[in-house]
Amino acid sequence: MARLIIMGGGVSGHTTATFAKKWLGDEHEVVVVTPNSQWNWIPSNIWVGVGQMQKKDVVFPLAPIYSKAGIDYRQALATEIHPNGKEGSDKPYIVIESTKEGEDGKTEELEYDYLVNATGPKLNFDATPGLGNGKGELSGNTVSVCTADHAVHANLELKQVFEKAKKGERQKILVGTGHGMCTCQGAAFEYIFNIEHEAKKAGVRDMLDIKWISNESFLGDFGMGGLHMKVGGYAVSSKLFAESLYAERNVDWIIGAHTSKVEAGKIEYELLDGTMHEETFDFAMLIPPFSGVGFKAFDKDGSDMTDVLFAPNGFMKVDAKYDAGAYENWKASDWPRTYQNPTFDNIFAAGIAFAPPHLISKPMSSPNGTPINPTPPRTGMPAGIIGKAVAHSVCDMIKNGKDAHLHEASMAEMGAACVASAGKGILDGSAAAMTVYPVVPDFEKYPGTGRDTDYTFGEIGLAGHWIKHILHHMFIYKAKLKPGWTLIPE
Amino acid sequence: MKNEEINFGKSEQFNLTMIPGSFARKMRTCKIWQLFRFMVINIKMLIVVSKSH
Repeated sequence: MARLIIMGGGVSGHTTATFAKKWLGDEHEVVVVTPNSQWNWIPSNIWVGVGQMQKKDVVFPLAPIYSKAGIDYRQALATEIHPNGKEGSDKPYIVIESTKEGEDGKTEELEYDYLVNATGPKLNFDATPGLGNGKGELSGNTVSVCTADHAVHANLELKQVFEKAKKGERQKILVGTGHGMCTCQGAAFEYIFNIEHEAKKAGVRDMLDIKWISNESFLGDFGMGGLHMKVGGYAVSSKLFAESLYAERNVDWIIGAHTSKVEAGKIEYELLDGTMHEETFDFAMLIPPFSGVGFKAFDKDGSDMTDVLFAPNGFMKVDAKYDAGAYENWKASDWPRTYQNPTFDNIFAAGIAFAPPHLISKPMSSPNGTPINPTPPRTGMPAGIIGKAVAHSVCDMIKNGKDAHLHEASMAEMGAACVASAGKGILDGSAAAMTVYPVVPDFEKYPGTGRDTDYTFGEIGLAGHWIKHILHHMFIYKAKLKPGWTLIPE
Repeated sequence: MKNEEINFGKSEQFNLTMIPGSFARKMRTCKIWQLFRFMVINIKMLIVVSKSH
């Protein structure tokens, strides 16, 4: 009997674990180690953050689902990887620290045959002074929608702002990225337009100054270097598409900005031209930068070998080309295909946890040397598809031996569908529905835009909003492993 | 006053982009048109999903 351990129970980890268990059956063991007791459909946190959904609508307990599936679930934080075992044993293992109530801090060694790192990111609030509290958590200066609890808090703060606006006090709202190296602009993009929509419904839009701040060098970059999409028969840049939406909704923007300091009611930021500025706010939602979760890896003799498994940003090294060099040399083929660690063939990384070879957007920095550019997005659909491909590979290796063919899921050959809602009502909501194919542009195949414009499109309307609703229910249904769950694509 | 007249005048940032007129905005919430677009978008998304797996 082989044991597969999956570290992380988010979109990627949950996909890997559930498919692996389905394919391996009871002959082999599948273990999930995640510090969380609940699964969270993160895209709908946006609606929690504006009070259109409750926390209970976007989370569910993991234990009964894994129990039903026959997956060994450990509510714990994985802290160390020992890929060569320890003195006296060649069996690789990880060290986990319980986060279960009543067993807090209890450590355990878990041996594995195969290991998948699907932890997602560490929300690195402390990368920006004042954004974090110095203990790795969100400070009280701004809010976040990265977790369901953060989103609940964000809604409470937002409602206070709306109340003040109703009383005639003009309010300033700032939404965007809290550091020059953030990703996930899409979440902030969705949140700002939901706030705008709710403000209109509450009759306070005229009392709000809503502003966007982002590390993108142009609006609509989204960490993918922008995209050209089919709109109204034209192939247009996402810059024009995004700017149009901001202008229509009367939302000002600051771009090419590295938020360098956050205080109560004020941020300091540096622009790509090197100038320093300040912006005040009554309510701010700033996305933190992501980093790896901070694993340590140790060799058999106890020596630190973290740098063998992980890139300096804490994400796990996989089969990517990390020495691609300057932007001019970047190719679609730099991106990983199998997500297998180059040193240990029984270790894989999936979703946000893998180290990308480089940015997708053009690298930028200010004259002061501050890098200001979005890092590559790898959430949602790519995370699910990668998780499934990794599950396939591991299952084949377990069943057919280590030389089994590995399944591939390159982000340069995979598309993504993104639906960013801008209000929730069934008849008065709207959403920007976009697809991009491929996620990582391939300029050898598509020399002009890097992408297939037949399958890269975007439009705003009620239809996209209906799709967003369907996706919410469909993916929670799938994650709960209800009948027919395998038929729902990632 | 038309929406575009208001917003184009607000800033240079706004002035240099495109803003939908009333027809384009009405079509975004026209149930019949959106039902058609719903089917089109779904088909396109399914193609993208199938090409990605």
